[in-house]
Amino acid sequence: MKSHKPTVGRWYWLLLIPCLAMLAIPFYNKVEPRLFGFPFFYWYQFLWVVLSSAITALVYSKVRKSHEEDEQ
Amino acid sequence: MNWTALAVFIFFFVLIAVLGFVATHWRKGDLSELHEWGLGGRRFGTIVTWFLLGGDLYTAYTFLAVPALAFGLGAVGFFILPVGVLNYIFVFCVFPALWTVCKRRGHITAADFIRDRFDSRFLSLVMALTGILSTLPYIALQLIGIQMVVGALGFPMQGFWSEVPLFVAFLILAVFTYTSGLRGPAMISIVKDALMYITVIAAVIYIPMQLGGYGEVFGAVPLNKLLLTPPDAGSMNQFSLYATMAIGSGIAVFLYPHATTALLSAASADTIRRNMVLLPIYAVVMGLMVTMGYMALASQVRDLPEYAEYFQHYGVNFAIPAMLMHFFPSWMLGLAFSAIAISALVPSSIMSIAAANLFTRNVYRNYLHRECEPAREAHVAKLTSLVVKAGALVFVILLPLEYAAQMALLAGVWIIQTSPGLVFGLFTRWVERRGILIGWVVGVVSGTWMMTTTHFTSSAFVLHVGDYLIPGYAAVYSLVLNLAVTVVVSGLMALDRRRLHAARAVAANALEMPVGVESK
Repeated sequence: MKSHKPTVGRWYWLLLIPCLAMLAIPFYNKVEPRLFGFPFFYWYQFLWVVLSSAITALVYSKVRKSHEEDEQ
Repeated sequence: MNWTALAVFIFFFVLIAVLGFVATHWRKGDLSELHEWGLGGRRFGTIVTWFLLGGDLYTAYTFLAVPALAFGLGAVGFFILPVGVLNYIFVFCVFPALWTVCKRRGHITAADFIRDRFDSRFLSLVMALTGILSTLPYIALQLIGIQMVVGALGFPMQGFWSEVPLFVAFLILAVFTYTSGLRGPAMISIVKDALMYITVIAAVIYIPMQLGGYGEVFGAVPLNKLLLTPPDAGSMNQFSLYATMAIGSGIAVFLYPHATTALLSAASADTIRRNMVLLPIYAVVMGLMVTMGYMALASQVRDLPEYAEYFQHYGVNFAIPAMLMHFFPSWMLGLAFSAIAISALVPSSIMSIAAANLFTRNVYRNYLHRECEPAREAHVAKLTSLVVKAGALVFVILLPLEYAAQMALLAGVWIIQTSPGLVFGLFTRWVERRGILIGWVVGVVSGTWMMTTTHFTSSAFVLHVGDYLIPGYAAVYSLVLNLAVTVVVSGLMALDRRRLHAARAVAANALEMPVGVESK
């Protein structure tokens, strides 16, 4: 159903990074270092929401061309 | 009665009621056709879709219940942040393909796609009913959210007068949804989000200033709740729970009919992708909202006598309203409460439209009145949207408050069982409809059984592996069973068919032999 060129499809793998970062609970379940009063557990997750958006934007910019033809 | 707050509240309510009707004329389309009424003509661009989805996903109940979770249980309440990451990535990968198929084949619901892809009316009926049932308790929860802020404004919490604001809200909601369809909530969601952003930004700056900074806010959280409970010799504790909640909700959120409806109303598949880049802004705001649960802890509103009666009636869900009442001046309180109430109206409207679309396309059209003409379809959908909302209203008035919350938990476990049909249907060829159906049955039954172990008060299920305990979200455990069954059944059927083909070929060869011999 989806027929993007294999080289373009590879970009989607980048999206695994934010997923893994969010599931790496043993790594971020800590109080220190704090940032603006936020314990690490909290600002780390806020930061990754923003980073995830940036990574998605990157993937989007790489794949949009190849989808343009087959989605109209 | 807080008159200033009430006046501001009523002002915004009237404003959005008017907007709801004006929306009929917005990007005008023939509202007697279902794709115009129920999908806004598939014309919403990036910005409108962003507001619509934000209005749709971050509901009044989320604003009240998730911070209350942090207020009561601590760090676990922040699962909304990993969910915010996982669900947008899931949608980015899956839903543009769904949008494209639906647009091409004229599908209005995800169950339409299932019917077409698996050539099965029954499977589409099952998926549609799962969606409708999962939606109902959510509408009820939104109405409870309205009831709570109206109660906090000084209306009685029990008896006849406590129901009156509900009926008013219901009437406004019912009439603008009936006349404007999806255009109504789309337009109102812009006002809703503006009010919500003002409220949250004011709260996360002003309230910590009063409390002495974020260091103090987090300092008020008991140490054993500030972080997740780490695994020990006997159990994975909150680590497995947090991870499975993130994965489960990450998959489930956009399978709810109201979310799918909002996605399918986008103008293009690319609109959906762009939105998945932009929607994390909401996740950040929602995360800040959850820290308000900690601010409520730091300000000790629970112990203040003036809110005791409310806490007794509404439980911990009253933490956020109490804190807003404690810190905000009256006019700002009116604005904040209207933001919460409107955050109840927008998703309720979309939910009733989504449920109506499902009923009309996958129950009425498939079973009761086949080949019905477009005008009739739209008419049935409009009536259904009324029935759905009336049902939710009756639910709220007649049943205890906690039933709706418990049913909503169960709904999460059910709706995730529709994901294999969608994902396998879009991206594979070999999965069979019988596999999907049997997988669904196994998923729903096992998930519901897991919920009975907590008497429906929590969707956390404790998995025993030998002596080791792995607490997790029941939706994920039951989905794993569902997937396993779907794959195995489909695989067996494929094998069976291959064997059948082989047997047929042998039989055919045997029959053809003489012919072959003759022709030599």
